[in-house]
Amino acid sequence: MDVVNTSKFIKMNNKPSTLFDKVWDSHVVRKIEDGPDVFFIDRHFIHEVTSPVAFLGLESRGLKVIYPERTFATADHNTPTINQHLPVVDALSAKQLKALEENSKKYGISHWGLGNPKNGIVHVVGPENGITLPGMTIVCGDSHTSTHGAFGAIAFGIGTSEVEMVLSSQCIMQPKPLKMRINVNGKLGKGVTPKDVILYIIAKISASGATGYFVEYAGDVFEKMTMEGRMTVCNMSIEMGARGGMIAPDETTFNYIKGREKAPKGADWDKQLAYWKTLKTDAGATFDKEYTYDAADIEPMITFGTNPGMGIGISKLIPTAKEVSDGAATYEKSLNYMGFAENEKMIGKKVDYVFVGSCTNGRIEDFRAFASIIKGRKKAEHVTAWIVPGSHIVRKQIQDEGILDILTAAGFQLREPGCSACLAMNDDKIPAGKYAVSTSNRNFEGRQGPGARTLLASPLVAAAAAVTGYVTDPRDLI
Amino acid sequence: MAYDKFTILKSTAVPLPIENVDTDQIIPARFLKATKREGFGDNLFRDWRYNNDNTPKKDFVLNNPIYSGKILVGGKNFGSGSSREHAAWAVYDYGFRCVVSSFFADIFKNNSINVGILPVQVSPQFLHKIFTAIEKDPKAELEVNLPDQTITLVATGEKESFDINGYKKHNLMNGFDDIDYLQSMKGEIKSFAESRAF
Repeated sequence: MDVVNTSKFIKMNNKPSTLFDKVWDSHVVRKIEDGPDVFFIDRHFIHEVTSPVAFLGLESRGLKVIYPERTFATADHNTPTINQHLPVVDALSAKQLKALEENSKKYGISHWGLGNPKNGIVHVVGPENGITLPGMTIVCGDSHTSTHGAFGAIAFGIGTSEVEMVLSSQCIMQPKPLKMRINVNGKLGKGVTPKDVILYIIAKISASGATGYFVEYAGDVFEKMTMEGRMTVCNMSIEMGARGGMIAPDETTFNYIKGREKAPKGADWDKQLAYWKTLKTDAGATFDKEYTYDAADIEPMITFGTNPGMGIGISKLIPTAKEVSDGAATYEKSLNYMGFAENEKMIGKKVDYVFVGSCTNGRIEDFRAFASIIKGRKKAEHVTAWIVPGSHIVRKQIQDEGILDILTAAGFQLREPGCSACLAMNDDKIPAGKYAVSTSNRNFEGRQGPGARTLLASPLVAAAAAVTGYVTDPRDLI
Repeated sequence: MAYDKFTILKSTAVPLPIENVDTDQIIPARFLKATKREGFGDNLFRDWRYNNDNTPKKDFVLNNPIYSGKILVGGKNFGSGSSREHAAWAVYDYGFRCVVSSFFADIFKNNSINVGILPVQVSPQFLHKIFTAIEKDPKAELEVNLPDQTITLVATGEKESFDINGYKKHNLMNGFDDIDYLQSMKGEIKSFAESRAF
């Protein structure tokens, strides 16, 4: 496992190739005529919700886990975010957590369950422990697996049948997607974060505009972005229908990985680094579709509807049915659910809940951003805020950097890590009819609790809402 | 998973003319806590189908006895969002064997085939024809023919062909799945794995 066979990765011909092709083609075990590729998976993450039935399947077929060292388990989707040291109250959640623990033990899979200092959201803990590396193929029974593409990996979500395939054969059957490149060039304005960049792109392309494609993000905005920012962007690739998105690895990537627990060390590091440096799209390589945007056109974003493509610049008005691509009936249903009307302003709308966290914005940089606005201010009285770190490591960083003191002084409490209100499988549910500014990734009907109304935004917009109690332009508070 | 073979399906259909039906609507997250795959049909479209007090919402199509059948017809971008295969299990468990739309989200489409549901992608025009036909006559039948890769409005004979790759078609028609295939090539996979650097 430690020897790098670079000859396998270096293309012998000079035909320009994309980053995506380089990684995809080096993982095809067999090509099936008029069918999918048999696609090899380097790293497989599992969690408590989408894995139990896969293990049942293994048992009923009498199969074993072929390479347990390539699979990593963490509990995150239905874990409580308070009192994690106590037994989980919800019986069904407790049963799923127990199943994950027992299955991991039975098959020899590394398991970071509740109480483990490495525990946290799967897409936060993978990268922060050096499990996610450039050039890898990574899957998980979770659509936000696209997050890991930030490292120049091909990473995407799969269904439970495919989880069973990976466990039993380390492969899945995938037709190769088409290729799309999205370029954003120029300089981002004040208060504009990676979350705003991706919400802007999804609003432009629509919630289904990249279906069938795998995206490469390119241009100086992404080159200058931190790894945390790149993860936020790649995370939401699925929200425009793409299976995943990726960014070519560079010095920022290598510096992030170096020294992390499971990252290669010594001579192995040098060898892998040499390979990682070949992972970029060659000049002259072609894409099936390409979009280019100007960073200067992006302002802090917020969503007003019930899919992530329904976003606008925070200073803009809610569009009319004629201005959008969805059918009028669908659009009307969405605005009715939100309790909004065409041509209304978003700024000034009352906010009941603020949620900071999730695999989209649950990393240290997100809490630094949030703290930068709440520092010296107070939480609005009528706002309930749930501040949920993506992992215990992030939680410790929040404490060590003094961010916890800022949160406490402003009247906020820091919870324990997990997916939390992003999908509301645990007790963190937004009540029906209430408005939540959320740093998560989906504003679907009922996503954050039955009847909940979600406004997706960046940690800065969340902070501005948390201290004022209304949708507020964060640029006014910076 | 073992499922029934799919060849030709002639059935009435249930219309859901809404776009971007995401998997959180098909099966909300709070119902994902089972450790078995059966029973998800009871909560299919839970929050569109039931009020908070668990009484059925009269205006939702699954609660309207006029509509029934093994085919679900949805608006474009059906099955977007979460990768939860529970959504496909719920559709199957409720009794649907085929979903028709003008556009499917990738993961849902994959998951459907893997559990024995045939996703049939038609043109927006044909989708419109189907909705109109069912609106006029809720008992209007559709015939989905997998060997021929066609879908037909039985009353008028109007027909369109649909795409599916040969491998997946063979699987669905014979009740095979990918795990059987992958098990049959384990030697090849093992030698590939040994050549991997990480």
